[in-house]
Amino acid sequence: MGGSTDSGSQNRLGRRLLTERVSGYWLQGAGYFAIVLFALIVLALLYQSLPLLSEYSLVQMLTSSNWDPAQNQFGFLPAIVGTVYVTALTMIMGTPIAILAAIYIAEYAEGRTKTLVSSFIDVLAAIPSVIFGLVALIVVVPFVGDYLAPAVGSSATGLGIFTVSLVMAIVVTPFMISLSVESLEALPDELRESSLGVGATKWETIRIVLLRAAGPGIFSAVLLGFGRVFGATIVPAMLIGGQTHLPSSPFATGQTLPTLIVNDFGELMSLPLTQSALIFVGLMLIVVVWLFNFSAMILRQRLQQRWQF
Amino acid sequence: MTTNTALTTKDLSVTYVGDREVEALKGVSIDFSANQLSAIIGPSGCGKSTLLKSLNRLHEIQPNVEISGDVHLGDQSVYNTDEPVPKLRKRIGYVPQTPTALPLSIYENVAYGVKLHGEYDSKNELDALVESYLQKVNLWDEVEDRLETPGAELSTGQIQRLCLARSLAVEPDVLLCDEVTSALDPISAESVEETLVDLKEEYTIIMVTHSMEQAQRIADDVVFLYLGEVIEENDVQTFFQNPEKERTKKFIDGDTIVEYDESDDDSPSEAVPAER
Ligand SMILES: Nc1ncnc2c1ncn2[C@@H]1O[C@H](COP(=O)(O)OP(=O)(O)O)[C@@H](O)[C@H]1O
Ligand SMILES: [Mg+2]
Repeated sequence: MGGSTDSGSQNRLGRRLLTERVSGYWLQGAGYFAIVLFALIVLALLYQSLPLLSEYSLVQMLTSSNWDPAQNQFGFLPAIVGTVYVTALTMIMGTPIAILAAIYIAEYAEGRTKTLVSSFIDVLAAIPSVIFGLVALIVVVPFVGDYLAPAVGSSATGLGIFTVSLVMAIVVTPFMISLSVESLEALPDELRESSLGVGATKWETIRIVLLRAAGPGIFSAVLLGFGRVFGATIVPAMLIGGQTHLPSSPFATGQTLPTLIVNDFGELMSLPLTQSALIFVGLMLIVVVWLFNFSAMILRQRLQQRWQF
Repeated sequence: MTTNTALTTKDLSVTYVGDREVEALKGVSIDFSANQLSAIIGPSGCGKSTLLKSLNRLHEIQPNVEISGDVHLGDQSVYNTDEPVPKLRKRIGYVPQTPTALPLSIYENVAYGVKLHGEYDSKNELDALVESYLQKVNLWDEVEDRLETPGAELSTGQIQRLCLARSLAVEPDVLLCDEVTSALDPISAESVEETLVDLKEEYTIIMVTHSMEQAQRIADDVVFLYLGEVIEENDVQTFFQNPEKERTKKFIDGDTIVEYDESDDDSPSEAVPAER
C-alpha cells in the first residue's frame, strides 16, 4: 500500500519534471524562432538585392537623386530624404503634444473628464490609418493647398510632405499618449508625496520627478511612435503625391521608402533590376529599424539606470 | 513639563467618497506638543496614514476626498488660509512609509527642496547644507564619496535616512513620518529610530507606527487611533502603564482585533480592512 503510493508519487514527479523540461524547450524554441525568422527575412531580402548591388555602387545609389527604373536609374536619395523629412516633422509635431496630453490625463484630469478623454484617445488610437488618410483627402489636403501653403508663400496642391506629417502626427499621437499615460500612472504615489511633502508645486513635481521616473517608459512610447511613422505606408501613399524628386519645401510632393515600394511594385516588378531595387529598399527599412531599436534599447537602459527611483 | 503646542487638529474628519464611502477620520481633535516625538498607534486601516497626510494636506492628491474641521500650525490655519499649499508643506514635512528616493542623485535628493525654494546663495553653501543634513541623519560617512550616484542605489535603510535628510533640508517645523521603519531590517530600523530621537531636539516629530514597542522606546506622547477616532492621547508613561480607557488597555495587552460597531452603517464588511 505504502509502496504503491510511493511509486505513484514517483511517477507523478517524473511526469511533472518531463512537462517542465518540455515546456522549457518549447519556450526556448519560440524565443529562437523570432531570431531565426528575423535572420531569414534579412537573408532573403539581401539575396534578392544582390543583382542590384552587383550592378551599381551602393554609395552612388544612396546619393543619387535620379530615380527612373525604366531607364535603370536607381537613386534612392529622394525617398530617403522624404522619409527623414516626414518622420522628423511628424515627431516634432506629435511628441510634445503627446507628452503634454499624457501629463494632463495622468496628473490633472479627474473623474468623468478623465474617463471621457482617455476613452476617446484609445478610440483614436484604434482607428485604421486608411480612414485618417481618407478624411485627410477631404479636409486636410484642401486646407493645406488652399490656405496654409499660400499663407506661408508656397504654392501646392495640398498633397505633400507636410500633409503626410500632419496626418501621421494625428495617427501616432494617441498611441504615444496612451503608453505615456500608462507609465505615469504606474508610478508610486510615494514619489508624488515625497516631492510635494518638501513644498514642491505640482508642476515641479511633474517636471523634475515624474517625467524622469516615467522617462524610460515615455521614451519607449515615443520610439514606438517613431517606428510606426518610419514604416508608415498607407497614409504617405495616399497623401504624399508620389513624385520621386528631392522635396524643395515642406509643402512639396515627394516619396518615402515605403511609398516607393507600394507605388512601383506592381508594374515594374517585371524588370528584374527594379524588383531587386525595391527589395533593397525593404532591406534598408528593416536594417534601419533594427539599428534604431538596438540603440534605443541601450539608451533606455542608461536612462533607467540614471533615473531609477 | 513646559511644552507648548506645535500642531493642533480641530474636529478633523476625512471621508473617502470613491466606489464605497469610507469615513477614515471621524472628528479628531489632538494637540501635538512642540519638540516632542508623538506616536500615532492603532490597528491597520484605522486612519493613521490619513490623519498624518491630512496634517499637511497631502491626501489632496487623491481624488474623491472630503474633509471638514481644521488643522492649526501654531496659530496659522492649514485649511482656511490663503497661504499657498507648497509653503505650508515646506513647514510640515512628510516622509512616506516606503523608502522612496527621487530619480535624482544622492546629492540632488537632499538639495531638492532647498533648490526649489532657492534658499542658498552659492554652490558652496548648498554643498555645506547637503553635507550637514546627511550628517544629521548619520548617512554622510556612508555616501560622501558617491554623492553623484542615483539615490535609488542605496539600501532601503539608507534611502529612508536620505528621505529624512531631504525633508529636514527645507527646515520644517514639524516632521511627519509614516511607519518609516516598517520596511526596514532591524538594524536599519534601529539606526533610523536613533536618528529620530536625535532630531526631536530641533523638530516636532509626529510618527505613525504599528509597533507598540517602538512607541514605548522612542515616543514622548502617544495617540491611540481606533476606527477613525481618538481613543486616548497621553504621555508615554501613563499610556502604557496606566491607560485611562479600557479599549487602550486591551490594545496594549495584545488584543488588536478590530471590532466593528454593528450599528455603524459604513462599517466595512471584512474583519480587518486592508492596509493601504
Ligand atoms: N485613497 C483611498 N480611497 C479610499 N479609501 C481609502 C483610501 N486611503 C485609505 N482608505 C481607507 O481609509 C481607511 C484608513 O486608511 P489609512 O489611513 O491608510 O489607515 P492606516 O494607515 O491606519 O492603516 C481604511 O479603511 C482604508 O481602506
Ligand atoms: Mg498606513
